[in-house]
Amino acid sequence: MSTSTTNEEIVPTTLGGKASEYLDQRLGIAGAAKKNLRKIFPDHWSFMLGEICLYSFIVLLLSGIFLTLFFTPSMGEVTYNGSYTPLDGIRMSEAYASTLNISFDVRGGLLMRQIHHWAALVFVMAIMVHMLRIFFTGAFRKPRELNWLIGFTLFVMALAEGFCGYSLPDDLLSGTGLRILQGMILAIPIVGTYISYFLFGGLFPGTDIVPRLFTVHILLVPGLILGLITAHLILVFYQKHTQWAGPGRTNQNVVGLPLMPVYMAKAGGFFFVVFGFTALLGGLVTINPIWLYGPYVPTQITAGSQPDFYIGFFEGALRMMPNIEWNFWGHTLSPNILVPFAIVPGILFGGLAMYPFLEAWITGDRREHHILDRPRNMPTRTAIGVAGIVFYGVGWINGGNDLIAPHFNLSVEAITWVDRVAIFVAPAFAFWLTRRICFGLQRRDRDKVLHGRESGIITRSPEGQFSEIHTPLPQGDLHTLTSHEVHHPLTLTDVTDANGVPAPNLRLAKLRARMTRWYFGERVEKVSEEEYREAISSGHH
Amino acid sequence: MSGDMTHDEHGSVAVDEEHGHGVVAENPFADPGLPEHTPRLTDIDEKVARKSERIVAGLFLLSAIATIAFMVCYTEVPNNTSTIVNFFPLGAMSASNFALGITLGVALFAMGAGAIYWARTLMTDVEVPQERHLLESTPEDKAEAVAEFQQGMADSGWKQRPLIRRTLIGAMAVLPLPAVWILRDLGPQPGTTQRQTAWTAGELIINDASISLDGTRGRGIRPEDLQVGTLVSASPAAVLTAGDQTNNMMSMSAILLVRMNTVDIKSQQEIDWGYEGIVAFSKICTHVGCPVQLFEQQTHHMLCPCHQSTFDLSDNGRVIFGPAARSLPQLPITVNADGYLVAKAGFDQPVGPSFWERG
Repeated sequence: MSTSTTNEEIVPTTLGGKASEYLDQRLGIAGAAKKNLRKIFPDHWSFMLGEICLYSFIVLLLSGIFLTLFFTPSMGEVTYNGSYTPLDGIRMSEAYASTLNISFDVRGGLLMRQIHHWAALVFVMAIMVHMLRIFFTGAFRKPRELNWLIGFTLFVMALAEGFCGYSLPDDLLSGTGLRILQGMILAIPIVGTYISYFLFGGLFPGTDIVPRLFTVHILLVPGLILGLITAHLILVFYQKHTQWAGPGRTNQNVVGLPLMPVYMAKAGGFFFVVFGFTALLGGLVTINPIWLYGPYVPTQITAGSQPDFYIGFFEGALRMMPNIEWNFWGHTLSPNILVPFAIVPGILFGGLAMYPFLEAWITGDRREHHILDRPRNMPTRTAIGVAGIVFYGVGWINGGNDLIAPHFNLSVEAITWVDRVAIFVAPAFAFWLTRRICFGLQRRDRDKVLHGRESGIITRSPEGQFSEIHTPLPQGDLHTLTSHEVHHPLTLTDVTDANGVPAPNLRLAKLRARMTRWYFGERVEKVSEEEYREAISSGHH
Repeated sequence: MSGDMTHDEHGSVAVDEEHGHGVVAENPFADPGLPEHTPRLTDIDEKVARKSERIVAGLFLLSAIATIAFMVCYTEVPNNTSTIVNFFPLGAMSASNFALGITLGVALFAMGAGAIYWARTLMTDVEVPQERHLLESTPEDKAEAVAEFQQGMADSGWKQRPLIRRTLIGAMAVLPLPAVWILRDLGPQPGTTQRQTAWTAGELIINDASISLDGTRGRGIRPEDLQVGTLVSASPAAVLTAGDQTNNMMSMSAILLVRMNTVDIKSQQEIDWGYEGIVAFSKICTHVGCPVQLFEQQTHHMLCPCHQSTFDLSDNGRVIFGPAARSLPQLPITVNADGYLVAKAGFDQPVGPSFWERG
């Protein structure tokens, strides 16, 4: 507040300094720069998964802009006379013809197409792995539930964006994908036929769907993704990154390296690594060779056709579902389509979106969490996650049943039946097994705390007994291995008041107590100080 | 390394090695604080740091060279279908694409690798803590915000004037409706079009394989063209004049013709609707509408390659496996005066995927 500070005013001499001064006088950027230039970010390899999502999205924007310059989003019919002679004279849509043109006549066009497609696969895959990291480490807990929801929405949009883009070239595979989508839309009760007619501008395939999907693919969805990514990153920045437990790392600090210069160089450099990786893939590995499939004709199809990997689960679920269909009062209801199209994804995705809120309700935990959980220390959550992965995986594998069958000399029917059983049994088994492994790992941690590490030195006592000397852990490790919390199940007391009137929300409280028993009923307690002292003094370490 | 050792020895757990009796500090699991920084070779040896510097600069230089190479390849490597490179295990690919991909990939990768190597070897790796504040506002801030909000509410008269409040909420609730309303012209009403195909009595059956490239000429099929076990994809003659409606018509009206020994056909109606063992079924899968295509000659099973619904063409197109719930509809056929196969009537039911109004 004193006026004397004006005497110490910095007079910039360099060009950068002068530019900053110019901006500061208009925007006051020094305040933000002071706070953020040396902002600390913690370091761990798993924290770069989200970066891959961001960078592959930028690669998608850049390569996508190039592709729009040459792509014609039209289903108007032309006769192909381009340089790919096997399709010479064939009638096709302008969309397909311009995609051939990009692939064969525009220099660098095929590279950009392949970079775009590879980057899309990297984008979706990175989102999946990033989400799993967040899930298994409990990074979704308060205060980050909202950012989990933003991330979840981004995941769903990435799937939609991928499907739209895949459908644009109007080749035989993409047209078949649209046909399947249209068949599923028809199954929606009451409004399905109308949605299909409005979406396709009448009968399938019509001539409207490619230009419409083009707008969705290059404007609507990417705009939303860009906005949500911005919000996602602002929240990461504002709420500060989570960190792993360790000496000197608490819930009230963040330990790591400064944004400038370390993360500017590392993250900036990593962008180029991701871009370079997709460029090498685009240059070396052919993807989606649409010229081999031919233009879309509703009466043609190729055996063994596969969608992009992220559609595989839905495809597998559609293949797996038994053929149940109901006719009543002049109407048709198709659970054989609605279950894999709406109900199963609804449960899977709804559960994914809502999990942070469910867990917070069960644990009753209202505190802020900035220290990550090791997956083993939350066995039930980890087991739910693994069961979810296995559920998804069985569906995904069934999406490739027609490829697995010839490769392994099995019948498609047998694979489908195995998967119909496995979709229920395998996640349950995975849940049980994961919990066992988590408890085992926790016991090993406990053992390490109590008895230290095996030193590899064997001694022989005067009585002839052989034993291995254990080295006690350094205190930093002791702290790290004992800093987690062990949750206990709730027990209900005072379910009625003095007059015998049941407590309000008793049923909900009972449900919650039952859920906590399921979550935390079996657990491995941490080493207490007494146990530790006992172990030290008895000398068996 | 020495840093770690010191840290271990000064931990609060001291052990009497001879007897194994320990003396334990107040809280054995207390946080000892950040471990001491272990310097890297580049921190203590300027020669190693120089080497790092050269590697970083080398990578940046490589990036620039690859960038120029990319532009040279753009103009110098011919982009045509005959100039290909071929190497294991990636197979044949366009030489232009290969050259552009490699040079661009190296240009980007080297740039990124240089920056990361710089950060890892030469920039600081001393981890420092930064305080983290609870995100929740202080009670004073909350109280102030609530007061400001309530002042704003009072100034607006939101509570005192329920008429304004209710009409505003009501008007806002209906305002988005035009956004849905205006989409009405996206497409026509379905009407009965989902039930109609191009097949009517006497419609000539065209062999798909005979349709000319421009789609305007095609040949009919005579019964004697089809051997037992032969499968033919076919369309109504109307597709030859359908113009831009061709694909729409195909997606509803495509059929399969297959000839079987009549003794193999299990259903009398199927024999009656066919002609000398030639039967016609809709080609559009009753599951989600893919064209069924994979035919097993011996078993007469027809498989949809999309989701493996399997239909028995010798038994009314009955579903024997997979997610499809309904048989493939059969098209009654006969021959016309010229001896060509034609439809005897249209389909007796809607073809293709189920829909709500189907019944």
